[in-house]
Amino acid sequence: MAPRNESLDAIKSRRNNTLNALVSSVPYIRWLGIGFDRRGDELTAVLPFDEKLIGNPMLPAIHGGVTAAFLEVTAIVELTWTAIWEDMEQGRIAPDAAVPESLPRLPKTIDFTVDYLRSGLPRDAYARARVVRSGRRYASVHVEAWQDQRQKLLAQATGHFLMPQDG
Amino acid sequence: MSEPSPEDELEQRRRIARQFIEVIPHARALGMRLDQLSAEGAEISLPWREDLVGDPRSGVIHGGVISALMDTCSGAAVMAHPTGARSTATIDLRIDYMRAATPGQTIRAKASCYHITRSVAFVRAWAMDDDESRPVASATGAFTVER
Repeated sequence: MAPRNESLDAIKSRRNNTLNALVSSVPYIRWLGIGFDRRGDELTAVLPFDEKLIGNPMLPAIHGGVTAAFLEVTAIVELTWTAIWEDMEQGRIAPDAAVPESLPRLPKTIDFTVDYLRSGLPRDAYARARVVRSGRRYASVHVEAWQDQRQKLLAQATGHFLMPQDG
Repeated sequence: MSEPSPEDELEQRRRIARQFIEVIPHARALGMRLDQLSAEGAEISLPWREDLVGDPRSGVIHGGVISALMDTCSGAAVMAHPTGARSTATIDLRIDYMRAATPGQTIRAKASCYHITRSVAFVRAWAMDDDESRPVASATGAFTVER
């Protein structure tokens, strides 16, 4: 844990800088336009609506592949964020998007199963992931995405990941 | 008025399925190209691009891009199936990532609809890079069939 009397600004900037470095270093996350809201260690992924995300122009609806990608990005960022939290708080790492070697190694997706529950409306989407189990080598993550109403899920997914090995 | 011949119907179905891909803004934004479409299934390719990279250390394309490709290719296979769906949507899709796609290489997806009922289509798909002997990913999905 961080020292109790550490300044609030120092704590917030360390956490925000780490999250920004993690997210901004991945080109595909930038291309999709995904951002992350942080409350303490809780992350909410935000996918602002854009024309290029449309899969069915007649309805219109967000592409099922976009929904899957949004869920997978949320799962990977949450898993990485959880894995580096302690090192970040202890000041052992300070990731910088401009310095590739400083960035945390990312988990590799083994499999990912998406359950489509509603058609994606042409508006912003949100997602939160929960690390159900994280061992030294494997992790299992559950993710939920919604739009207007938190209780009415757009989609949910479960994925298994291979954790990066040190060295 | 004469009845349309089976060939005309087949051609019409192909045209509808082809348009189905070409008018999808996300498929266009990712740079997908429909290479093959028949009653047997669909093939769609997607060239590597720097802005689709998921791991900045390796340059490997993000799994989400493969998901979008597999989902689109599977949907196209449903649309091209001879039983004639008017529209389709994904119910579920599972993707197994067998290895990282080689940076710089085009990814090609192949999908076929192996069983279809009145309301559900069951699809399998594969994704390959230049080394076709070792698939990058495989997928199985269930899709709605709107008639």
